[in-house]
Amino acid sequence: MSTTAETEKTIWVHIWRGKDEGRHVSYEVPARENQTVLDLVTEVQRYHEPALAYRFACRVGVCGSCAMTVNGRPRWTCRTHVKRVVEGGEITIEPLRNMPRIKDLACDMGEFFDKWQKAGGKFKGKATRREPPMAVDPESRERKNADAGIECINCGVCYAACDVVAWNKDYLGPAALNRAWTLLNDERHADHAGLLEMATSEGGCASCHTQGNCMTHCPVGISPTRSIAGIKKMSLVDLLRGRAR
Amino acid sequence: MMEARLFALQRLTAMLMGPFVIVHLLVILYAVRGGLSAEEILARTTSSVIWPLFYMLFVVAAAIHGPIGIRNVLREWSPLPLHVGNWIAALFAAVLLVLGLRAVWAISGWAG
Repeated sequence: MSTTAETEKTIWVHIWRGKDEGRHVSYEVPARENQTVLDLVTEVQRYHEPALAYRFACRVGVCGSCAMTVNGRPRWTCRTHVKRVVEGGEITIEPLRNMPRIKDLACDMGEFFDKWQKAGGKFKGKATRREPPMAVDPESRERKNADAGIECINCGVCYAACDVVAWNKDYLGPAALNRAWTLLNDERHADHAGLLEMATSEGGCASCHTQGNCMTHCPVGISPTRSIAGIKKMSLVDLLRGRAR
Repeated sequence: MMEARLFALQRLTAMLMGPFVIVHLLVILYAVRGGLSAEEILARTTSSVIWPLFYMLFVVAAAIHGPIGIRNVLREWSPLPLHVGNWIAALFAAVLLVLGLRAVWAISGWAG
């Protein structure tokens, strides 16, 4: 039952090594059934290149740590099957775009998360823990809006896919604004006015060009494009109603 | 709040200008059927209060809408700092407004 070297199928993996200055290094690894892109990277790290830097944690699409650029597109590597993305027996893996590189496939996500705070992404409750939980109607329009964007795993794929982020360093990005939109629709949140101001200020929702790259690439099927359009509409209605200062 | 206001103003002026452009084009199509001359245009515009008002509103909407777009383009595509872009956009708005209102004044016949 042993597989000989002649019959064993392999994949050529081209991985970015280095920081901003660097090069692609090619590794030949065995092709296996049900192999994910993260499996390929792990295979390279275990058997070919122990110093390879990359990031992962859960391996099952929950933690959002393992996003990388695979054949030019940002993807969650732990849930991306090799057979879906392999091109002529080869795969190119690079770090995510739009983030400072640290080493090899790892990049610094600090700015990405700072922008969540800048967009007003921190929940401020109306009630304390001593009060009973607020009853939220799951059928309400607000709750449905929030539910549509709430499953974000903070992987940074949309941020890497967004061309507006690439050319405008101040743009808060799809994930942060999607978070703001879910909070704007959360009736338990205490400061909707302050949040709306943060999400619509310089670099906020008005910078979005509705290109939809975030929506196309989001691994969990969220449409930040729709969320941002929702904030735009909300800010317009808010201004017309004269609630704005 | 400034960004949100500019965004709202640009959308609202776009909503105004959409129908304005259609009316403008339809009138051109209608008017040229009999051959178009300056006299004919002036006869129509000077005998009406509606047309000069229509174009006055059009000019104001365009003078708000265009410069906001220019400001965005400058911010995203040029290395100019934001305040320089603001001034360029404001200047562009002033030019559009002055030239536009001057043209409206000329066709209105209000000068007598």
